[in-house]
Formats: sequence, structure tokens, C-alpha cells
Amino acid sequence: MEIVHPSSIEEALAGLSDGGVPLAGGTDLMVEVNFGHIRPEKVVGLRRLEPLKEWAGSRIGAGVTWRRIERQGPTALAEAARTVGSPQIRNAGTIGGNLGTASPAGDGHPFLAAVDASIELTSADGSRLVTWDEFFVGVKETARAPDELITAVELPGELPERQAFGKIGIRNAMVIATVCAVVTRSDDRRTTVGLGSVAPTPMRAPRAETMISSIARPTDADLSEFQRLVSEEVRPITDHRSTEEYRRHGAGVLARRLLERCLR
Amino acid sequence: MIVELTINGDPVTARVAYPGNLLDLLRDDLGLPGSKSACEQGECGSCSVILDGELVCSCLVLAADAHGSTVTTVEGISAAGSLHPVQEAMQRAGAVQCGFCTPGIVVAAADLFAVNPQPTATEIKEALAGNICRCTGYGAIVRALEGTEIVADR
Ligand SMILES: Cc1cc2nc3c(=O)[nH]c(=O)nc-3n(C[C@H](O)[C@H](O)[C@H](O)COP(=O)(O)OP(=O)(O)OC[C@H]3O[C@@H](n4cnc5c(N)ncnc54)[C@H](O)[C@@H]3O)c2cc1C
Ligand code: FES
Ligand code: FES
Repeated sequence: MEIVHPSSIEEALAGLSDGGVPLAGGTDLMVEVNFGHIRPEKVVGLRRLEPLKEWAGSRIGAGVTWRRIERQGPTALAEAARTVGSPQIRNAGTIGGNLGTASPAGDGHPFLAAVDASIELTSADGSRLVTWDEFFVGVKETARAPDELITAVELPGELPERQAFGKIGIRNAMVIATVCAVVTRSDDRRTTVGLGSVAPTPMRAPRAETMISSIARPTDADLSEFQRLVSEEVRPITDHRSTEEYRRHGAGVLARRLLERCLR
Repeated sequence: MIVELTINGDPVTARVAYPGNLLDLLRDDLGLPGSKSACEQGECGSCSVILDGELVCSCLVLAADAHGSTVTTVEGISAAGSLHPVQEAMQRAGAVQCGFCTPGIVVAAADLFAVNPQPTATEIKEALAGNICRCTGYGAIVRALEGTEIVADR
């Protein structure tokens, strides 16, 4: 086995070009390694690669940890960061690693969906920006080619004035989401809903969004209709963590509560 | 492969077995069994160490990736022969039962007190959210640390 510790993006890309596996915080990859599920022959250690840790305005480097996002991130992304694992996991785990794994339950994803973020992928041929919905292809499947590095997350320059993240799980700390969601509401009433753990990839709820975006002061009946539409739009499954029915119900309730928080 | 790193202030050179993690390196090769191995998936915190200034689970660090890093384990959390204030507080309060979780709790709590000398009970609970204790029910641990002003230097 070989490990390289690149000091530039170019060196990291050279490491990937002959089959190297990127290793950031290791909080996903090392579990697989410890349990013998994977045994990479070559590892490209990104933990100390400074250019990946750069965070300038709306461009968040892939190597930025949840700990930093928890402290400095936009409201709903910071709220999501605060629920990732434990202090130990947040100190090591990165937003780029979350995207690399692309678990349907990744807590960073609903925010990226809700604000229409893009992911920057870089190869020896240059960089390309892919939108979040192009990036997530399926359960743990992404648009990233093996020789590409996730280099950054690009947020829109202007973010919605109000935003809220919420997560349903079996306990408060250290929990993988049964449902996670972000709702945003702009001053012009435009409302977006990003949802995780309720489909193979993170998703939006366009019908619920359109319905509620036309209403300046939603009544209780409007909120109930919004909740009903979100529950209808999600595509959850039953697995070891929850049932389809519970996730469907939970998604609606959670989205409604987050919208109520945005409206307060 | 050979890794060179600094552990508890001492330069260390070790041959690492692939795909070993830092926890196994500490325990099996370097004679530092204070960090405990239980879940090897980041869930229990019994393997907590400070890596390059950050509290992390050593079971989730590829040993080869620790090359060039600085590590503090529970053995190095206080000067030789003395106890860290967190250790004293836990001893005083009887916050240790079987003791398996204790090293990880001590490292995580020391990391908290290094930035927050007077944490509230809620802050203590949040800081220890990544450490599982199957014996104490956590009450004694939180009480031990609560209300103690600990000026820690690590
Ligand atoms: C105990 C525990 C609790 C957890 N709790 C949560 C939780 O609450 N919410 C949540 O969302 N996640 C959780 N996770 C999962 C994990 O912590 C996150 O997904 C984290 O963001 C992964 O980041 P990392 O830097 O550790 O990734 P790594 O493990 O280093 O890498 C993950 C994957 O991404 C690839 N990769 C990493 N960086 C790049 C890059 N720059 N370019 C291309 N590919 C890359 C790797 O090759 C690997 O396939 C938890 C994990 C553990 C062990
Ligand atoms: S052994 Fe590392 S967290 Fe449990
Ligand atoms: S004292 Fe036994 S696990 Fe905590």
C-alpha cells in the first residue's frame, strides 16, 4: 500500500490518476477499511491539503470540516453541521467527504438542494461545476469520475433571508437521520424545501414549494396543505432505520415546522 | 511503511501495517494502551486522542496518514506523575465504574476545558456526546465536571 500526501491540487490529481483513493477526515472511509470492506492499494491523504480548506465567501473548500461550518456557515448549513455525529466526528469529517460518500442520509445535502448549490469537480483537464441534482446520481453514486477531486461547494451569492434545518432520528446526538430537511423562505415569499433520507438522492418538493410561495401569510389550512404535499412528494423506503410510512409522515411534519420557524 | 510522528511530545518512528489505524498503532506497537478499542467505527469515543490540535477518534485515522502529525493520548494529557484536573475531578466524584470509557472521556473533557474553563452541564453533555459509557449513566461524570473551574493547559 502506498500513501501520498500532496501539497497541491495538481499533486493530488496525479495521485488519483493511477487509482488512488481520496482520504479526507476518514469518518466514512475508515469504517469501511476497519471492517475489511475495502482495501485501497493507494491512498491520497487530503487532511492537510491547504487549498482544499480555503473558504472564500460563497465557495466552501471540500476539505472544510463540519466543526468550521458549525461555527461560520450560513444558518441552516451550520444547524445541519451541529447535528453531524459528535465533536470527534465533526472535527475530522468534511463537507467534501459527505459528498464523496453521497449517503441518502447525508446531513449536508438538504441545504445544498434547498439553495441550488453546485459542486466543483476538478481533474487534470480543469474544473467543472455540476448542479446538486446532476451530482447525486443514486444511493452512494455521484457524477464524480474516479480521476476527479471534489474541490469545493459553490453556493449562490445571495442566500434566502430565512432558513432552517431539522432532523428526525432515534436520539438527539450521534444519529443518522430518519428524515432531514431544510426549508428556506425569501423576502419575496419564494420558498424551497430540501429533503434527505426520503429518496435515493436528496430531493426538492416542487409542488409544495409552488403552492406556499404564492401565499404571503399562510393560514393553518395552508400549512396543512403544504405538509400534505411534501408527504406526497417524497419517495421513501422501509429499511432498518424506519418505515416508508413514518418517513412520509415525518417529512411533512418536519417541513411544516421548519416553515413555521421561517415565518416567525 | 514507516511513519514518523510526535506522540505526547516524543518523536516516534514506527513501521505500520496496512491498513492499520492509529489506535492499533498506539496500543499494539507503541505500548500506549490507554486509548481503548471497542467499536472501531467512531461511535463510542473510547479511542479519543488529540490529533494536530483536534479531538478525533484514533480508530478512524489511517496510521499511515498520521505521518508528520502530532498526537496527544490520555497518557500524555498531563505531565508525568501528575493528574489532569479533569482526572482529579472524576476521581473525587467517583465518576468511574468499570473505567473502560474513562480515558476517552478524560481526553474529550480535557479538550472541552482547554477552550471553555467553566462549561455548563449542557455544554459538558454536548462535548461528551461522542463518548459512550455503559456503567455510570453519565450523571456522575457530568456532576464531576460541572461547576469545577478547570484551567487546563495541553
Ligand atoms: C460515528 C459517526 C457518526 C456520523 N454521523 C453522521 C451524521 O450525523 N450525519 C452525516 O451526514 N454523516 C455522519 N457520518 C458520516 C461522515 O462523518 C460524514 O459523511 C463526513 O462528512 C465524511 O467526511 P470525511 O472527510 O470524514 O470523509 P472520508 O471518510 O475521508 O471520505 C468519504 C468518501 O469521500 C471520498 N472523498 C473524500 N474527500 C474527497 C474529495 N475531496 N474528492 C473526492 N472524493 C473525496 C472518499 O474517497 C470516500 O469515498 C458519521 C460517521 C460516523 C463514523
Ligand atoms: S473504538 Fe474508536 S470510536 Fe469506538
Ligand atoms: S465506567 Fe464503565 S463504560 Fe463508563
